[in-house]
Amino acid sequence: MSRQKKRKTPSAPPVKAVGTEVVQVPANLIPIYIMGKRYEVPEGYTIMKAMEYAGYKLIRACGCRGGTCGACSTVYRKPGDYKLQVALACQKTVEPKMYIGQIPFFPANRAQYEFNKLSGAPEEVFKLYPELFRCVACNSCTKACPQGVEVMDAISALKRGDIATAAQLSFDCIQCGLCTSRCFGELAQYHMFQLARRIYGTRVVPKAQHLAQMVKAVNEGRFDDILHRLTKMSEKELKELYEKREIEPVETGEQWRPKSKEYLLGE
Amino acid sequence: MNLAYYPGCTLKTKARNLEEPALAAMESLGFKLEEMDRWNCCGAVYSLAEDDLIRQAAPVRNLVRAKKQGKDELVTLCAFCLNTLKRANLLMKQEVEKRNTLNSFLDEGVDYAGEVKVTHLLEVLRDRVGWGLLSQKVRLHLRGLKLAPYYGCTLLRPREVAIDNVQDPIILHSFLEALGANPVGFPESTTCCGSYQIVRGPSTIVEYARRILRSASNSEAEGLVLTCPLCDYNLGQGQKELLRLGNTFKEMPLFYFTQLLALALGLTADVCHFELNYGNPESLLREKGLLSRVESLSTSGGPK
Repeated sequence: MSRQKKRKTPSAPPVKAVGTEVVQVPANLIPIYIMGKRYEVPEGYTIMKAMEYAGYKLIRACGCRGGTCGACSTVYRKPGDYKLQVALACQKTVEPKMYIGQIPFFPANRAQYEFNKLSGAPEEVFKLYPELFRCVACNSCTKACPQGVEVMDAISALKRGDIATAAQLSFDCIQCGLCTSRCFGELAQYHMFQLARRIYGTRVVPKAQHLAQMVKAVNEGRFDDILHRLTKMSEKELKELYEKREIEPVETGEQWRPKSKEYLLGE
Repeated sequence: MNLAYYPGCTLKTKARNLEEPALAAMESLGFKLEEMDRWNCCGAVYSLAEDDLIRQAAPVRNLVRAKKQGKDELVTLCAFCLNTLKRANLLMKQEVEKRNTLNSFLDEGVDYAGEVKVTHLLEVLRDRVGWGLLSQKVRLHLRGLKLAPYYGCTLLRPREVAIDNVQDPIILHSFLEALGANPVGFPESTTCCGSYQIVRGPSTIVEYARRILRSASNSEAEGLVLTCPLCDYNLGQGQKELLRLGNTFKEMPLFYFTQLLALALGLTADVCHFELNYGNPESLLREKGLLSRVESLSTSGGPK
């Protein structure tokens, strides 16, 4: 993060450049504290947008701006409340007098392994992450999760070798690292969960047979002809084809089949 | 009848041979052990540090969640989980200040004061099924099987959480009698197995194992009956270590009490997972003709 020099005018201008985007500034400005310094920012902005409004140029701690990449982990607290709150800066809108700190990176322990050499047995996870057993079930991790993952429950599942449950419970994890930043036992929960999900995806969930059949059919050129024809069609022809397409009814069972079976496998 | 059940982590990995026969056997007795939702590790050992309350978070959270799920009792199979949960429960009952601190820290939205009763499966068998009824339900009497009941520490110590008389326990003895086996008393039945000292390596617990195993075999026991995965590990590893050090003795098969229960109720040997046991108990059972008899029972219809 770097601070851009900016001269602040006492009355906020009606139009302001944020990044390359020109936005209309709402009338109401509210005070927030970014790393302890007070700024007046427009109400309704996300924390990330408010920081940029205040003059910060974000070169780390911002990624997708859509709540899925986990780069903008933020902790904040409001006066009169001892509880630390967590949020993703790109998702949470500013509230008056919130004190904001960001955790763009957390130096969590990530085990080195060659995934193909793992059989997926729980003991391998225990060996790669022995600190798993330092968990005292304090639940601080769960409270720190901006995604609402039951982090401690997933760690408990992992401790008893239940990789499938750990993978399912941690499905919404975006690896922001806030759980780890709060962990009493210094576990790197999100790295452990990533390993659990890898094992679950490759060793536990049954392979989709129909996918393998489809890949084989594609490789054998089953769809080459129609693909070539499509690429040669005019926009008008394509539109017509698109409009005439048969749509699967909203409420239908597994047994539904289109009228033309030309491109169905095994029929 | 449904019983709220707390398994503990080890029963899901290394000690499946403790859990799976118990679930099947209790079902055939008309009790369903219903695993509680959202449980975590019991804490693995009860913390004796007076001022380190964070170590009580794990056991107490399980109890609080059991209460939140409307349970007034939690049944355990693992003696160590029993001990940890029961002692933490006692703390929540008796020490008001610590209780308040823990309740406020755990933040589960309920105040807990030790309302959930923690019991061991042996107590359910003794107090609710009864030895008389249990012996009537036995389809395969384990006659001729000389077994030494090994209590270890955690079922009996400290006194406040003991499931039986601390000095002279008989609960495992009565249990084995109900199954038709020949229980063999031996002086070291309540001696500690070395417990978590094993983490420093097998050499630290080898003397405990030597004493316990010698005492059992001097009393002519053919196998040892256990309730705790840590005892099982230490007595198994201890035997391996003794052999490695050049001691000569006949290996002692180790059984979980639940495996014998399932077998006596006529359930097939595959629910018992004897492959996970130390000391090859299957060959002892075969020698006594018990495995072939349980097979013929299972082909002649399920347990009544």
